[in-house]
Formats: sequence, C-alpha cells, structure tokens
Amino acid sequence: MKKYDAIVIGAGHNGITNAAYLAKAGLSVLMVEKNPWIGGASVSRELHKGWMYSNCSYVCSLLRPEVYRSLNLARYGLQVVPYGGSVTMAQNGDILGSYVDEDVARREIARHSKRDSDAVVRYHRDIMRQCRFIRKFLLRTAPDPTSFRMRDIREMLFLGKEASKLGEEGLYEMMRFYTMNLKDFLDEYFESPLIKAAYAGSGIIGSALGVMSPGTAYVLLHHAMGEVDGNPGAWGFARGGMGAIAKAMNACFEEYGGQTVLGSGVKQIMVKNGAVTGVALDNGDEHYADVVVSNMTFPRTFLECMDAKDLEPSFLKKVRNFKIRGSSGKLNIALDGLPDFPALRGNTELIKGDMHLIDSIERLERAYDDWKDGMWSQDPYIDMLIPSLTDPTMAPPGKHFMSVFVQYVPPKVHGEEWTDAQRDQFGQTVINQINDYAPGFKDLILHAEVRTPRELENEVGLTEGNIFQGELTMDQLMFNRPIPGFAQYRGPAKGLYMCGSSNHPGGGVMAAPGANAAREILLDLRKPNTVPEGWVDD
Amino acid sequence: MTSLNKLNHIVIIGAGHNGLVCAAYLAKAGKKVTVIEAASQVGGAAATREFAPGFRVSSCAHLLTMLDKDISRDLQLESHGLSMARKNLSTIALGQDGEHLVVSGDQVDGKVSSADQVAFKEYRRFMSRFAKVIGKLHNRIPPRFASGNRSDLIQLGKLALDIRLLGRDDMREFLRIAGINIYDVLQENFNSDLLKGALAMDGVLGAFSGPRSNNSVFTALHRLSGNTSDPAGSLSLPRGGMGAVSDALASAARKHGVQIRTSCPVARITMEGDRVVGVELANGEQVLADAVVSNADPKTTFLGLLGARNLEAGFAQKIKNTRAKGNAAKLHLALSGLPEFTGLRAEQLGERLVIAPDLHYIEKAFNHCKYGEYSARPALEIVFPSVSDASLAPAGHHVMSAIVQYAPHELKGGWAAGKSAFTDVVLDLLEQYAPDIRSKAVMAEMLTPLDIEREFRMTGGHWHHGELSLDQFLMLRPVPGAAQYATPVNGLYLCGAGSHPGGGVMGSAGRNAAKALLAR
Repeated sequence: MKKYDAIVIGAGHNGITNAAYLAKAGLSVLMVEKNPWIGGASVSRELHKGWMYSNCSYVCSLLRPEVYRSLNLARYGLQVVPYGGSVTMAQNGDILGSYVDEDVARREIARHSKRDSDAVVRYHRDIMRQCRFIRKFLLRTAPDPTSFRMRDIREMLFLGKEASKLGEEGLYEMMRFYTMNLKDFLDEYFESPLIKAAYAGSGIIGSALGVMSPGTAYVLLHHAMGEVDGNPGAWGFARGGMGAIAKAMNACFEEYGGQTVLGSGVKQIMVKNGAVTGVALDNGDEHYADVVVSNMTFPRTFLECMDAKDLEPSFLKKVRNFKIRGSSGKLNIALDGLPDFPALRGNTELIKGDMHLIDSIERLERAYDDWKDGMWSQDPYIDMLIPSLTDPTMAPPGKHFMSVFVQYVPPKVHGEEWTDAQRDQFGQTVINQINDYAPGFKDLILHAEVRTPRELENEVGLTEGNIFQGELTMDQLMFNRPIPGFAQYRGPAKGLYMCGSSNHPGGGVMAAPGANAAREILLDLRKPNTVPEGWVDD
Repeated sequence: MTSLNKLNHIVIIGAGHNGLVCAAYLAKAGKKVTVIEAASQVGGAAATREFAPGFRVSSCAHLLTMLDKDISRDLQLESHGLSMARKNLSTIALGQDGEHLVVSGDQVDGKVSSADQVAFKEYRRFMSRFAKVIGKLHNRIPPRFASGNRSDLIQLGKLALDIRLLGRDDMREFLRIAGINIYDVLQENFNSDLLKGALAMDGVLGAFSGPRSNNSVFTALHRLSGNTSDPAGSLSLPRGGMGAVSDALASAARKHGVQIRTSCPVARITMEGDRVVGVELANGEQVLADAVVSNADPKTTFLGLLGARNLEAGFAQKIKNTRAKGNAAKLHLALSGLPEFTGLRAEQLGERLVIAPDLHYIEKAFNHCKYGEYSARPALEIVFPSVSDASLAPAGHHVMSAIVQYAPHELKGGWAAGKSAFTDVVLDLLEQYAPDIRSKAVMAEMLTPLDIEREFRMTGGHWHHGELSLDQFLMLRPVPGAAQYATPVNGLYLCGAGSHPGGGVMGSAGRNAAKALLAR
C-alpha cells in the first residue's frame, strides 16, 4: 500500500487546516474521518428536509484572518456575513439591545443606566487592550518555560517584550484580568443587573465555571478576540452554515492534491520502536506514514486510539486528568415561521442577532449550581440565533432555522449516562424557557434536534461533549495546553502530532491549532514553512 | 521627599499584630513611635476574649500556623512571655458515621486505602515545596513592574529562579496547579471523600470560594507558606490564646521604647497640603507625626480615615473595588465539660477537628454564600483549646472555638434576625457528631462577619483585610500603587493584613512596612 508523507486523523476544521498547509508544502497527505461527512463540529447538515442546520458550532468570529487569507478561503466560496446586534431579554419584558451604530448602542445602555453608558466605553477599551495582546500569540507556538533551548528562550523574551509594551498599569490590569471572576470584573464597571448579565454570558459559554468562579474573565476574552472583516469582536454567519468553512478549507486541501477517506474511524495509531508508522482503520484498512497528526481530542487520541504499551504510564495519568467536562447543549430547530417575541415587536434588527434570555448574575450562577449537582440547568442560559433571517439558504422561504445554544448541561446526569428520555426532558426545559419569552413558539416547531454532551461526543468525537476540546482554565492554557511538556503540538512518539483544539490556543472555530501544528511539522521535516505566523492587523 | 532619618515621630494607627511588629522594628531602629489603638486592649483580631465569666477564647484566628520565626527571634517573643500550650496538632476529619481520619504530618490514619496514604505523602511533598516558593515572597517588598528599578528586576528574577529551581517536573506542576481549584487537584490524587473534604477545607478557609473555585489551591498553599521553624502548616495553640501573641509583641515593642495608647480611636488622618501630618483622635486631640502608618484595612484607611477627597479618583476607585467581604463566622461555646464525639477519645479533642465530609458538601455550603444566605449545612474547623491550656476555662470546664463556613457579610434579611437561627443550625450539626454538646453548653457566642467588622474595625469582617487571592496578591495587594507599603499620599504607609502578604498572624506585613519606611 502507498505510503503517505502525513496522515491527518479527523476532518474537523483544524484537521483540514493542518492537512491543507501540509499539502501546500508539497507533502502527500491523507485525511481520514470517521463520519461520512467532513467538518467535525464545523458542519452544516440537512437533518430535516429543506433545512440546513449548523448543528454544532453556529457562528463565526474567531477564524484567524491569516488562515482565511493564506488558504484563500474566499476563492473557495467562504463568505462570512456579519450580523448586527444582539439582545438580552429579561423576565419582566424589558430588553437590552446591542446595536452596530455606536450612538444607538450607547443610548440603549443609557436607558438602563446613565453611568453604565459611560462605563461601557472604558469596558470595551479594556477588553480590546487584552485582546490585542493575546491575539499576537494565537498563531505562535507557546514556549516551554522549563526549557533552555534557544527557540523557547527567544519566545519567552518575545512574550516579555510584548508584555512590557502594556506598561506598568497594563501589566497589573492583565494579572488581575486573568485571575478574576467575571462577576467582580463586571461589578467594577457596571451597576445595571441586566447589563451585567448581558456581558456575563460570553464568559461562561462552553465553560465548566460559573460567573463567580475566578478565571472566568479570561473566557470572556476568548469570545471577544475574534473579528469579521477586520471588525474586532464582531461575529458573523458563514453563508450556508458552519459547514461552509470546512468545505472551503477542504476545497483548498484537495486543490493541493490532498486525499480523504470518509466513513471509517481510526482504530489505532500504529507505533513501532517509538515512532509512528501509520493508522489502522475500523474497516480493517491500514495506511502508512511517518507523520500522523491527530485532530481528535487529547484523551481520545491517547486513551482510545493508541495502545497503552506504547505510552508512559505517567503520561497516561496526565491524559486521564485532562479536564474536558462538557457543559453545553444545543437545540437545532426547524420553524414554520418567525417566532414572536413581544419584547422585540417593532424591532426588526435585534431578532437577527444573538438573543439571550437572562437578566441577572444570580440566575447565571444558579444555572451553574445545577450543573455541579449533575443536572442540566432548570433555568438555563440560552444563546439563540435565527441564521435564516440573514442567510436564506438555511431554510425554505418563509420558514426559519433556529440555533439554540444552552448552558449548562452536564456530561452525565447525576453521574449516570444520559438516557433518551432525559435528553427529551432537557429539550422540553429549553423549549419551555423560550416559550416563556415567545408565546406560541412551541407550535412553530416542525423538527428539533436535541444535543446533549452525549450526542456531541458520539457524533463529533468531542470527549465528554466539551466544545473546546478541553477546558479553558489556567492549568490548560498556553504552555500548559494540553499538558505541560507537550504544548508544542508534538506527541510522545516520534512523528506523532496533535492539531486539535485541545492544543494552544484552544477551541472555537479558530483554525489556529491546526495551523500552528502544521508549522511545527514542517519545521521537523525541514520543509519550507507555508503557515503564516503572528501577523495581525492591529 | 524628607529623608526619614530626620523623622522624629511615627504614628501607627492600630495595635493589631502587624501594627505592633511594625512599631517594634521601627523603634528598634531608633525611631520614636506611638501606636494608637481604638480598643481597650492590644491585638486587634489577634486577641483573647472572655466571652462568658471565666471562659476565654481566641476571638478571631484560633490556631497559630504562620508566625514568622525571624520576627519571633528578632523581638525575642519567648522572653516576652509567648509560649505554646500545644504544638503540631493533628487534623481529625470527622466522618458522619463516626469513622474518622487522623492526619498528622504526611501520615493519614483511618479508613483510607494505602494508595491514598502514599498519594498523601506525595501531595504533602509537592504542596510544601510549592508553598515555599510563595513563602519566600513573604519577607520581600513586592516588586513593581516596568519601573526600571534594578532591585525590582532582581526581585522578579529571584521569583523566576525560585520557580525554576523546583526542577523541571515540579516547576511544570507548580505552573499548572497554582492558579486552579483544589477540587480538581484532590480528585486527581485521592479516593477517600473524607480525606478530600478535610484537605479542601484548607483551600477555602476564610475565602469567598468553594473547592471548585479557582484560586483555592493558592489559598491552601498560602496556609502552608509561613516562614516557621516547624514543618509547613503545622498548627499551634498559644498559651493564653491568640492574645498572648499580641501581648508579647506589645511588651517587646514597649521595651524598644514604643508608646502604646489604647482606648483612643483615631477620627481621621490629617493633611497639610499634599502631606500627611498626623492624626486627629476621636476626643479631638491632634497627634503630629512625620509619617503615619496604618494597620487598619485599606478601605478604612483611605476611604474612612483619610477620605476619598484626598485621593486621586482612579486610586480611590481601585480601593473601593478591592474585595473584602468576610465569609466565615466564629462560634464560641462555654462548656460545663468536654462533649463526647462519636468515635473520638477525650484526649483527641485537643486536636483540630474538621467537619467537611466531602468535596460536594463544602461546595454546597458555599452555594448559599453566593446568594447572601448562610450555609444550611456549614463546614467547620473546631478546636477545644482548653484541653491543652487549662487557663482558658474554670476548672473542669472547657471552651470550644469553631470557624464556621459559610456566613456572608451581608445576609439577606440581616444578621439581627438570622444570627440565632444560624447558631441553631451549627449546634444541630455539632449534635450529629457530639450528641451531648448542647446539654453541656453553658453559653454560646456567635461572631458573624458583621460582628467581626464592628468589633475589630475590619471592613467587611474579612480576617485578611481583603480577599487573599491571586488578583489581590503581591504587587496587586491591596492595589497597584500602594503595594510597596508606601501609598500615593505623602507620609502615609500601610502595614496591615490588607498589604502583602496578607493576614494569618504572620507579622510579615508589619515588618516589611517597617523595612520600606526605613529604606526611604
């Protein structure tokens, strides 16, 4: 059988990105994917006739523009359409709208609190300052602080130099920012509970932390550091759903001569004398290469697809201790028509963006308490969108697709596997919650796909259903991600690499881990680098 | 700026243990020092109180773990009467079924697997090592960033070196866990729920955090980080209660010529132009000074005694934003005799008892606190100091002192209404472990964070004068700009637990402040 230069396991957006960069450097690359479709969690699926569901990830902002440009994704058909505002709806019928027009946006905040409308300027400035700092490190490999290699020292010095540019005050602010909890952080700026709740949401999305847990301020940043068309912090829809991103990447990969095998997962990564030799698939096929790159989660790669005898016990223990608890669920709903939110009547803008159903920090925190108890939140935090209002390809004319992201949902219910009945009950909890804000919503539902962490794990392979392939806490960021000593995309066997979001800089449809891993592989193979490094727009 | 060598008189506001340490070191260096204390006795929160006739107990902190050994030596505290009634207390994790665990040093005895026993030795090893890295910071003035100052750079370099010297594997582990939560670390290492519960207690004591809150590993490390001659984190009971520590400090300070005036509340810090010139007492008396050092918490100092109008607005805002809400209450019981704890021998009551049967129990207790409620089933750290020190209670009688978590500073509905109900909650809980405890209790005193705030004049009733967390540690404590003990206000200094390295009857903040002043 033919021997490839590299085999990439998993056609998630990071896997394809990685494969495309390797193919671009002239390598013969085989990508293997267990599902009969590509995309991983960046996928559009027609699960109800006529409707296209972005059934996992659902909006786009973090995708690095450097990747977008260097892989020419526009040429392969990717269009990211920014959407305007967002809205947070309170139980008492009040709303907080967020608008593109800065003056309108400030007036809306001033309606709730004059003081907060001044504070919001400071708030955005401070967040952007942190974003601008961290963005420089997204497309760079994190240095190993214990190493004395020239390259790591140089990278540490770079980090020091960039940090010192923040100035003394900026450094103090950064130290606080990374260690604070979101509630305290927001309390320093705002007084209105609704405004605080509105901003707090993005600090907990996908996270196994509550707004009162120290470290949540960072997660907020993780959701703010993206952009659409050079607009920092903006979010958009990929036309045709999130699958369009994977599709464009894949078109690029194929044009560089890449090959793909769909529909059969990897049974085992084969290792001989401490070096990888290829992969054995579930269907019995074997493919050979001296480089194997895993886009799978960190635990899945080593606990499920490798022979324990090929790995050190101490390494395996660390893999088992990797924190990857799921905390989110999703409903994808086909609607017979546009739901009617009385709070949004007469406002045609806000319904096009993110809609949140929350009005206090306490409700958010109590939702987290349920998760800690091993239960889905009885009063869940919801981030929902109707992409079909912006992108008509998602649903038939007059009908709509609604994506409903739900926080918090535990990986297991009271420590036991999810049952189908529980999944349906969870779906009902969410639908009832929405129905409270949009009477008659239930009657519009033509089809609903309910996804708990169990479904996310079974279909997409995300261990415990964690959407970031690993929690974004300090012990698992930068040179600690996924674990200390293995944060430079190299696995414990020769020729084995990791390119999934379990690696720096983490999850979100960013494509940075895939790109960074490709750069490291090309370096080891002494091939010309095809991957952009750390050029940012600001 | 006036050189301090020419300074004639330094006033210290507050005779807490840090104020006394600071005073003693300044006087030792030849300064004229007056300590002005509002209460009738010295010690602040490091005091012994008679809460019922003949029954005395440490009013706030009740176990000595961190008192700096260099301070004890420099000030010769032993010759000033400080002695320990008991050293190296074990921790007994009370099981709900009467099956308890005894933790002493790196040993665990009781119903635990041998794997847990081995894991505990390793846990003690790395936690003590990591704590040492933090401990080395205690006696240093926190460096500033980017000040271009050589000594700051050297300080930062020292810290980096201390971390590097842990060796590759320990350094990696340190960088991994120092910022996270103790729940995850304990889950990685142990099986026994009871052991995990007891160990998690060290990560949440006095803090607004549950075991799952990030930062709880840091809290646990801080407790082990004292610069003491005993093994890390070993617990002692001072003879005569915590007040004995303060009395010894006061005696040492007086010996060096410090004047201590008690029952003299300071009304405000007085300024002339942009300079602090002294303090005005509540009785109207003006005390002039060339420098004023405040042992009061930062909010009291800046917003209360000095007044926000004398501060730059951004700085005042930062002080306002510091987090200082106490979450722990104290329960004191006067007992007609020792209660019987199921499964414990009488002499074991001389140890430290912990009621925190598992991680989830503590986390659930914490949940209430987040919403301004007291815990329905609180977590407790209990000592019976009279077992080791008969001077604390009438013959044959005993006292119990317990830290009760969680009790929010601001209770929904107010403490006036909630206090007796909460006392009952705690007594009910205690009865499950010691069925006769209620019948032996002659008198119960509960100090809520609100009481602690009023009694000891600590904003929020927080025993560290401000949450001791990574975002309020080292050069961030209490806030950047005032973290080197000097403040942005000419002539005003800080020396309390609100400054680096925090409270815990360590004395380091007081000594560092003296060092900072003398270096001017």
